[in-house]
Amino acid sequence: MHKLLRQIVKTGIRTEAAPQPDDSLRQIAGRLNDEVLRLLGRALAIRHVDAGSCNGCELEIHALANPYYNIEGLGIRFVASPRHADLLLVTGPVSRNMEEALRRTYEAMPEPKLVLAIGDCGCTGGIFGESYASCGRVANVIPVDVAVPGCPPTPAAIMQGVLTAVQAPGQGFR
Amino acid sequence: MTPAIPGLRLEPLAGAIPAWRVAVDAQGWLRACEAVAARGGRLAALWGSDTADGGAGTYVRALLVSHEGLICLELRVSEPDAGFPDLSDIFACAGRMQRGVYDLCGVRALARSGETADPRPWLRHGAWPRDVFPLRTEVPAASRWPAQPDEYRFVAVEGDGVHEIPVGPVHAGTIEPGHFRFSVVGERVLRLEERLGYKHKGIEKRFQQMPLAEAIRLAGRVSGDSTVAYAWAYAMALESICGSQPSARALYLRALLLERERIANHLGDLGYLGNDGGLAFGLAQFSRLKEDFVRANARLFGHRYLMDRIVPGGVAVDMPPAAIATLLDEADRLELEVRSLRAIYDDHAGLQDRFVTCGRLAPDTAARLGVVGLAARASGIAIDARAHPGHAPYTELQPRVVTERAGDVAARVTARFEELFESLRLERRILRHLPAGELCAPLAAASEGGFGLGWIEGWRGEVFVALEAGAGGEVRRCHPHDPSWQNWPALEHAILGNIVPDFPLINKSFNLSYAGQDL
Repeated sequence: MHKLLRQIVKTGIRTEAAPQPDDSLRQIAGRLNDEVLRLLGRALAIRHVDAGSCNGCELEIHALANPYYNIEGLGIRFVASPRHADLLLVTGPVSRNMEEALRRTYEAMPEPKLVLAIGDCGCTGGIFGESYASCGRVANVIPVDVAVPGCPPTPAAIMQGVLTAVQAPGQGFR
Repeated sequence: MTPAIPGLRLEPLAGAIPAWRVAVDAQGWLRACEAVAARGGRLAALWGSDTADGGAGTYVRALLVSHEGLICLELRVSEPDAGFPDLSDIFACAGRMQRGVYDLCGVRALARSGETADPRPWLRHGAWPRDVFPLRTEVPAASRWPAQPDEYRFVAVEGDGVHEIPVGPVHAGTIEPGHFRFSVVGERVLRLEERLGYKHKGIEKRFQQMPLAEAIRLAGRVSGDSTVAYAWAYAMALESICGSQPSARALYLRALLLERERIANHLGDLGYLGNDGGLAFGLAQFSRLKEDFVRANARLFGHRYLMDRIVPGGVAVDMPPAAIATLLDEADRLELEVRSLRAIYDDHAGLQDRFVTCGRLAPDTAARLGVVGLAARASGIAIDARAHPGHAPYTELQPRVVTERAGDVAARVTARFEELFESLRLERRILRHLPAGELCAPLAAASEGGFGLGWIEGWRGEVFVALEAGAGGEVRRCHPHDPSWQNWPALEHAILGNIVPDFPLINKSFNLSYAGQDL
């Protein structure tokens, strides 16, 4: 036990400052009123759905939980049920085999529901594009509020996308 | 040395690894597989190709690994109804691959009785009709059909008190989608049946629209966590078609990138295995080390996960002397940190209680299922493509193949620790003996119909790429093969007799790719 405690003390706190929101990532302007966003920004529940990614974006979503980004420290947590979620985080082009599962997840969420599409595939269909097996970008299947490009986007960029989604346009993170 | 298979004349393939191809009829197909299996060989991959544009009909190919190297069997199926001989009696792992061949190409594997052992679809859910086969040349890539009824019959377990737990395709955490059907009595798992294919997004059809040199980017996105392994395997296949060999410096740098991919993934897994075993401390510590490590990748190589750093003909990175010193220093510090964390894991009674005897895959079961990669080595099977003769630059680097006997979660944890240390040793050796040479050599034009193979030991297991060139420098057919095809069925066995709450831990200890097998 002393080794474990010593390691914790030695490691210290590594958490870095969170990025500022970026209005250029917005796909739909100001859907929610300021008060709702203010509340969400303090305790946001995210449901993630991988709709057909290469699993690269998932590596960076996992990284959000590491001590450097410490996303839970901002009051943001990942939940297991869409019923508990305020924001749906979607990765990948949407495979046709996942189209219905993604729609059902979206429909199961309570209003107001925010959608964040991440990665080049989520934003445009990426290298996979549209085909007999792929619906392409997430917005082809469900409405998207904020889209973050990158292959994969860095954890800081994903965090910036999340913070953009819960801020009123033109305001910094409070 | 050419493998001897009675009655067949094997034609050697040019390229970095010892490989042969041979056209066979249905009899030869079975005989070759039986001969290779009898001498301890295995089935690496099985796929179909429709080459109607060449007037040749549909081919089914089986890639075998023998002691001498790779053997690619090519069976022409003139009539779709004729099918091809079922290999699942010889190689248990063939079953799902054969179902995939039917879904995409429309030719069935037929047992000696003339029946299909398992006629259920594997990759086809509701996206296309049952009488359409998307990889056939007459089906345009952009085709779209209305959603089809998606009926799938799971094997039912009957008995007093048995009930089913369906899980997925959307899972509770940040995990790829797939469906697990547990049959349980109380907490104990009587049977697990997987249903995958949810991520099928038409990668193989997509390849066919791409120029050979550009398609390496798609290969690097078959399974993002293994991007280096796939890009190298693709480059190896293309270079073998073009008859070129990268410089020694480029090969050393590729090995450096591959070992760094292994280290990063093992760091991540060791953290999550601690976490799933109830020690959140482990996740915090290992995810910190992994973040430091991928940040170094971004600084030195320009990408956190090293995507697109391997290019046809060589590499798109260099290693100046200052960077060598940085990486040697990083390796020393990382080794110290991981050794002290390992001591904490080893001494933690609660964690070891979760790990030891949990999710055991017995060596004989692993061998029968044809399991590969880290999971095979943790069940006592000493296979590693890096240790195979002819695998430059590993023949010079002399990697140690890590094996464990127990086959449980603890063994897969130990194998990750040991492989991580071995990768650090290899990394130091590469950095200290980096040969001079050009980073990337231009490739000669690929001749139409040229065929090449790539074989790389990624962190999860062996990755294969089989590539065929078309007329205008484009891909005629590319089949990328993930080790997860072989290892997913092993998870169904490892969970037996365990309790449902141990499933996440057992699953994580294999950490298989959905994207890589769904294609």
